[in-house]
Amino acid sequence: MNQGRRSFLKTAALGALGAAATHALPAAAEGAKAAGGRRWAMLIDTRKCLEKKGCMKCAEACHEAHNVPALPNPRHEVKWIWKEGFRQAFPDQEAEYFDETLTTSKVLVFCNHCDRPPCVRVCPTQATWRRSDGIVMMDWHRCIGCRYCVAACPYGSRSFNWVDPRPHIAQLTPDYPTRTRGVVEKCTFCDERVPEGRPPACVEACEAKALMFGDLADPASEIRGVLRTRFAVRRRPGLGTHPEIFYLV
Amino acid sequence: MLEKALVGNRSYWGWLAVLAGIIAVGAFFYLRQFSVGLGITGLSRDVTWGFYIAQFTFLVGVAASAVMVVLPYYLHNYKAFGKMTILGEFLAIAAVIMCMLFIFVDMGQPTRVLNVIFHPTPKSLMFWDMVSLSGYLVLNVLISHVTLDAERKGIAPPKWIKPIIILSIPWAISIHTVTAFLYSGLAARPFWMTAVLAPRFLASAFAAGPALLILMTLLIRKLTRFDPGKEPLQRLAVIVTYAMTINVFLILMELFTGLYSAIPEHVAHFQFLYLGLEGNTALVPWMWTSVALSVVALVLLLNPRTRVNEPTMVMACVAVFVSIWIDKGLGMVVTGFVPSPLGHVTSYWPTLPEVAISLGIYAIGALVITVFYHIALAVRGEIAH
Amino acid sequence: MYDGGKILAGIAVFLLVVLLPVWHNAFVASAPRPEVKIVTQEKQCVDSAAAMRATHMNVLDQWRDAVVRDGIRTTVTPTGMHVSMSLTKTCMSCHPNKKEFCDACHNYLAVSPTCWQCHVEPRPEPKESSS
Repeated sequence: MNQGRRSFLKTAALGALGAAATHALPAAAEGAKAAGGRRWAMLIDTRKCLEKKGCMKCAEACHEAHNVPALPNPRHEVKWIWKEGFRQAFPDQEAEYFDETLTTSKVLVFCNHCDRPPCVRVCPTQATWRRSDGIVMMDWHRCIGCRYCVAACPYGSRSFNWVDPRPHIAQLTPDYPTRTRGVVEKCTFCDERVPEGRPPACVEACEAKALMFGDLADPASEIRGVLRTRFAVRRRPGLGTHPEIFYLV
Repeated sequence: MLEKALVGNRSYWGWLAVLAGIIAVGAFFYLRQFSVGLGITGLSRDVTWGFYIAQFTFLVGVAASAVMVVLPYYLHNYKAFGKMTILGEFLAIAAVIMCMLFIFVDMGQPTRVLNVIFHPTPKSLMFWDMVSLSGYLVLNVLISHVTLDAERKGIAPPKWIKPIIILSIPWAISIHTVTAFLYSGLAARPFWMTAVLAPRFLASAFAAGPALLILMTLLIRKLTRFDPGKEPLQRLAVIVTYAMTINVFLILMELFTGLYSAIPEHVAHFQFLYLGLEGNTALVPWMWTSVALSVVALVLLLNPRTRVNEPTMVMACVAVFVSIWIDKGLGMVVTGFVPSPLGHVTSYWPTLPEVAISLGIYAIGALVITVFYHIALAVRGEIAH
Repeated sequence: MYDGGKILAGIAVFLLVVLLPVWHNAFVASAPRPEVKIVTQEKQCVDSAAAMRATHMNVLDQWRDAVVRDGIRTTVTPTGMHVSMSLTKTCMSCHPNKKEFCDACHNYLAVSPTCWQCHVEPRPEPKESSS
C-alpha cells in the first residue's frame, strides 16, 4: 500500500471510531429514559409556599410518615425535607438586587432525584441507585454507612444516623420501617405511595398547593404544561447533575 | 521466621506491652462506638468525614512510599538500598493494615463491609480503593516473606518474585492515586476537585514516607547492630528533598488557582484553613505551623551541609513528617466540608473516643512494625544483645 | 515425639473443655425445644408450616429485594394468597406476638436477626379471622 491509501484508511478508521463513541455516549448516560417509562419530578411554586410563612406541614407529614427522627443535637440532625435560605439553596444565583421577599426567605429543599446523580456514582455497594422512573432510591439493608454519598451530594440532601434513631421518634408509623444507626437516609419520593397512584406525603399535606408532582415523560402531564409556560430554576444545574426538582420563582 | 518474634529482651517486650495497653484502650472505646454509633465522634451532618478518614488518607501515602526504595533497587540496581527494601515493605504492610482499620472504624455498619465485595461497583472509586489496597497488602506480604526467607537461607530469591516486585511499583503509585480520585472527582466539593490532588498526594507521600523510614532506620541503628551505612540515608534524604519541594510547589499552585480566580466557593476553603471562616479558626494555628515546618524543612534539606549532617537531617525529617501530617491528617479532609454545599460553617474537632481509637490503631501499626523489624533483624543476626 | 505424653494429655484436656456443650447436653437435660404460640385465627400462612420453618429467612430476603430493589410490592404465595410482601404488614399481622412466636426459636438457637432494628413490631393483638 502506498502512503496515501494507508493514511486514508487510518483517518477513516479513526473517524468511524469517533462517530461510534459519540453515538454511544448519550445512551450510556445515566439519564437514559426507558421506552414508555415514567420520569417522576416535582415542581415547587416558591411564591405560593411563601404565602404561608412558617408553615412546615410538608416536612411534618413526611417525617411522620417515614419515621424520621427528631434529634436534639443539631450536629446529628436527620432531615428529609426542610427549608433553607434562598442564597444557600441557590448559591449560583447572584441575588443582590432581586426581589427581597424571595431572596431573604427560605425555600423548600430535599433530594433532587437527579438524572445523573453523583451519589449513585460513588456508592460502593449500590445501596443507592437510580430507578428507571427517576427516583434515586435507598436500600437500608445494604448501606454500610461509609458516607461517600453524603460527600458527593452537592445539595446536602443526605443525613447519616449518628446514633440510634428509635428513641427520637415521637410517633412511630408502624407501616413504614425506621432506620438503624449507621446508615444514610434521604427523601425517596415516597416510593411506597407513588406506585399506588398516591402523591407523595409532602404534596398531599401542602395547604398552599405549592407542590406539584408529576411525570416528565408524559408530554401531556400538568407539570410539563407548567414548565412550558413558566420559567423555573433548578439548584446548581452547572454541575451536570440534572436535578429534577423545579422551582418557580 | 515468625518464631523469631518471640525472642527478645526486656525493652522489646516492655515496648510491646505498652502498645498492647494502648490497643486495649482503643478497643474499649471502639466497643462503645460500635454500640452507640459514630455520634460519639466529633463528626456531624455537615462534616461527615474527619480524623479517621484523614489518617487513612495520610497512611496510604506512607504505604505507597515503599516504592521509593524498591524502585531504585530493583529497577535501577541501586545496590545501596539493598538493606532497606525490607524495611520499606514492612512499613508498607503496617501502613496498609492501619489504613484498613481506619476505614473499618469509620463505617456506620461495619458488619456489612463485605457488601463492597458481594456487590462490586466498578463506577465507585471506593470499590477500586478496596481492590488496590488489598492487592498491595498481598503483594507486600508475599514479596517481604519470599525475599526475607531467601535471605535467611542465604540464597538468592526465586526468579518469579522479580516480576511481582516490579508490579508492586506501579501498584504503589495506583493506591495513592485511587485514594486521591476518591476526592478529586466530586463536583460537590470544590476544595478537593482539583487535578493536582493526585500529584500532590504522591509528592507528599514520597516526602513523608521516606522521612519516616529515615527516622526509623536511625532509631533501629541506635537500638541494634543494624547499620545500612551513610549512603542509603543520604539518598533517601535527597528523595525527600525533591518530593517536599514538589509538594510545596503544588500547594502554592493550588493557592494561586483558588485565590486568583476569586471564585467564592474556592476561596472560602483556603480562608477557613489559613485565616478562619465565620469565627471558626480551629485549624488556623495548625496550618501555619505546617507552613513554618515546611519552610524549615526545605531550608535544612536544600542546603547540602544541613542535609548531610545527621542531627539537622533528623530535624528536617521530623519537620517534613509533621508538616505533611498536619496538612493531610488534619487539614485536607475536614476542609472539604467547610463550608458545606449549603454554605454552612460547622466546626469539627476529634473527640476523646475518636483520638483513643485512632491511637489504638496507630499502636497496632507500631506493633506490626516492631514485630516485623525484629524478625528481619533477627534473620540478619543484627539484634543487639 | 518429644514430650509425647504431655502433648497427648494436653490434647485430651483441650477436647474435653471445648466439647463441654456436647457433654452437658448428653448428660444433663438441655433447654426444652420451644413450641411457637400461634395466635392467629387464619388457617393458611403464605406457605406450609414445614416450608416456613425451613425457609422463612430466604422468603424474607426475597421479599426484601423485590420490594426495595425491584419496586414490586405484592406477590402470589405458593398457597395462592395475594399478599403485600411486608414483614410488618403481612407476616406480623397474623403473628404479632414477637416474643412467643419469633423470639422463642431465635433465642433457643442463639440467632439474632436485625429485622426489628428497623421494622416496627405491631402491638400484640391477634388478628381475627376475616370471615
